[in-house]
Amino acid sequence: MDMMLSEAAATGNPVANPDANRGANAVRPLAIEARGLVKRFEGTTAVDGVDLAVPEGAIYGILGPNGAGKTTTLRMLLGIIDPDEGVRRVFGHDRPHDIARMIGYLPEERGLYPSMKAYEAIAFLGALRGLPLAEGKRRGRELLERHDLGHAADRQIRQLSKGMAQTVQLLGTLVHKPRLVVLDEPFSGLDAINQGKLEVMIRELAAEGTTVIFSTHVIAHAERLCEGVAIIAGGKVPYAGSVDEARDHIPAQVRLETRAREGRWRDALPQDARCEGDYWMFSLPESGIEPLLRALIEGEAGILSLSIERAGLHDAFVHIAGAAAARALSEQSAVEAAR
Amino acid sequence: MNQFENHTSHRKSRLSIWSAAYVIARRDFQAILFSRAFLFFLLGPVFLIGVAALSSGVGGQIASDAADPEIGIAMNVPDTTAMLAAHGALAGQLGPSLPPMVAVDIGPQADAAQRILEERRGNYTAIVTGTPAAPVMTGTEGQLTRLSGRVALVAAAANGRAPSEFPEITRQTVATSGAAEKTSRVATAQVSQMLLFFLTMLLAGMVLSNLVEEKGNKIIEVLAAAIPMDAVFLGKLFAMLGVSMVGILVWGSVVGMFLLLTGGGLGALPPPAVGWPLFLILGVIYFAMGYLLLGSIFLAIGSMAATVREVQTLSMPVTMLQLLVFFFASYAMARPGSPLELAAVIFPLSSPFAMLARAAQIEDLWPHALALLWQAFAVAVFIKAGATLFRKRVMKSGPQGAVRKRRFWQRAAPARSPAR
Repeated sequence: MDMMLSEAAATGNPVANPDANRGANAVRPLAIEARGLVKRFEGTTAVDGVDLAVPEGAIYGILGPNGAGKTTTLRMLLGIIDPDEGVRRVFGHDRPHDIARMIGYLPEERGLYPSMKAYEAIAFLGALRGLPLAEGKRRGRELLERHDLGHAADRQIRQLSKGMAQTVQLLGTLVHKPRLVVLDEPFSGLDAINQGKLEVMIRELAAEGTTVIFSTHVIAHAERLCEGVAIIAGGKVPYAGSVDEARDHIPAQVRLETRAREGRWRDALPQDARCEGDYWMFSLPESGIEPLLRALIEGEAGILSLSIERAGLHDAFVHIAGAAAARALSEQSAVEAAR
Repeated sequence: MNQFENHTSHRKSRLSIWSAAYVIARRDFQAILFSRAFLFFLLGPVFLIGVAALSSGVGGQIASDAADPEIGIAMNVPDTTAMLAAHGALAGQLGPSLPPMVAVDIGPQADAAQRILEERRGNYTAIVTGTPAAPVMTGTEGQLTRLSGRVALVAAAANGRAPSEFPEITRQTVATSGAAEKTSRVATAQVSQMLLFFLTMLLAGMVLSNLVEEKGNKIIEVLAAAIPMDAVFLGKLFAMLGVSMVGILVWGSVVGMFLLLTGGGLGALPPPAVGWPLFLILGVIYFAMGYLLLGSIFLAIGSMAATVREVQTLSMPVTMLQLLVFFFASYAMARPGSPLELAAVIFPLSSPFAMLARAAQIEDLWPHALALLWQAFAVAVFIKAGATLFRKRVMKSGPQGAVRKRRFWQRAAPARSPAR
């Protein structure tokens, strides 16, 4: 897919961000930078000191349950609303409207004019970002064709299914070839097939150098797609960084099965070891697995199986955001899946 | 130097506010023009004409009150004094049905009274010369018929013979008089104000429903993310202005054809002070201004309301206010140059109505230039305020953002450490 090739030249000095930009991101210029964003609505703090750093070309997820402040954060980043405190910059601009042509935005509440034809709706969304209307119409037809919706190009939005209308709006978000694509809960309301298609599209965008930032309450999407995530709960961001480092927040888990139930070997198990059925579960000791293995063998534990499992993003989320936030996230995901 | 300062900025790349407004206006204009609702919109004035016909009785009363014409008495000094004294005595009995009489010095020429009326000097509906025993009354045919009986009564009283014997009045007819022209101009002002009011109300209401529909479509956030809200508001206002201009063109053509077929024309209507061509141009401009002012308020309301019911609740006070403003401008119209009329000219919402009435009655053009600048400034302020309100009040989401505002009596006092 070549539609997301950026029109503006990529410029900017590599920026080191000691707080949130770790590893490979440390040398890439930032598409989005936010420091201490605060937003209050009538006495209630919706977003409370959010820091973000999204490198150019990254797929970045904002992960949190509903009401955590994801949409408000995205709206502040896009300049739809202004923060009460803090600074935000998009490609170095503190007024995102000034670089509207470089940004594409799909809001959580999808909306198109029902009487518009599909290709006209795409062209209109492009025109809002500075794309000439005629060119937008041409690209609109082309994009619809490419996404197997050519037959619907001349249909009015009100005649399309929800999934088709959602795809039309997504194409309208991309028609002007933005360098930054912001998607608010993009997977919400899509069936499994369309979710898969959207994941492919997001990967293709990133492969072409487009920065993609999306909010979600489904951990699996973030885990599969993102190189960086911000975990948001109660308006605060307790973690922002790479997915790998988020998972490293908790040590790998060891799963051990032994023939012997009792014996000297049990003295060698770490303090957090717990018995779950036939298995012993515990965190990988800081000294590594080898000393423990030696002790188990010498203690005649009779090892049947031993595996070291790296923590998933869900475990990391529970560890970072707390059990309550994780529960809310799981419940919303279940509701979403049931629809 | 922090990391923000380190970052090399990309060049600005966005639509100008006018280009962005054009994108919005183009979409709205086409969507409305090619919708079925536009046909109903075109039929709207049919109902308005009915309402206007019903209210014409009230209007006629205002017109007759507004002119307040005088009868000039131009006899020799003792006769004039006698006439005015008789008028004073009778006025106490007859009240407002007896028009005011004033002494006029018209000079010795035989046709002096005729010339004063024809040159529209003063606010005289008729001039009475001669003597109380043989009065000569000069005025338009209509005024002579209407007023000769009352003048004869005053003359008889001045002559000391009322109510048994009345003098015979000699009539001199003129084509028009200052008072007649003023009355006509007031009528023109009144009709034009009424037309302006109905048009602005009809169209500003359409702006409101347009924005509510937009919120229903949930596209407003897409617009707000891409372009400044000022541009969204501006685009919507101008789209509706364009639609209303098409409507006016259609209605104007229909009226024009009707007048052509029936042999009527603008000549049948009383001419405004600035002349018909300029008056029509000013009418269109003041309509645009009146519409933009009211429309920008309705847009702000529409942007804050979530449902049609909320819109109706919120717009009712504004509609009432506009009605009051219209009555205010109508009342002030009869008193050009008064502080009241000046207030109507300065208050932005009544300014277009007051200025159009002024164009019908007063020839000066420079006040219109000033008023238009002032009104354009007010439109800009209203749009900016509406857009700011929208950004502050509307774009919040999620359960945390939806918390209701606590009133001052509900707010807890700041926590304090207990005194030790």
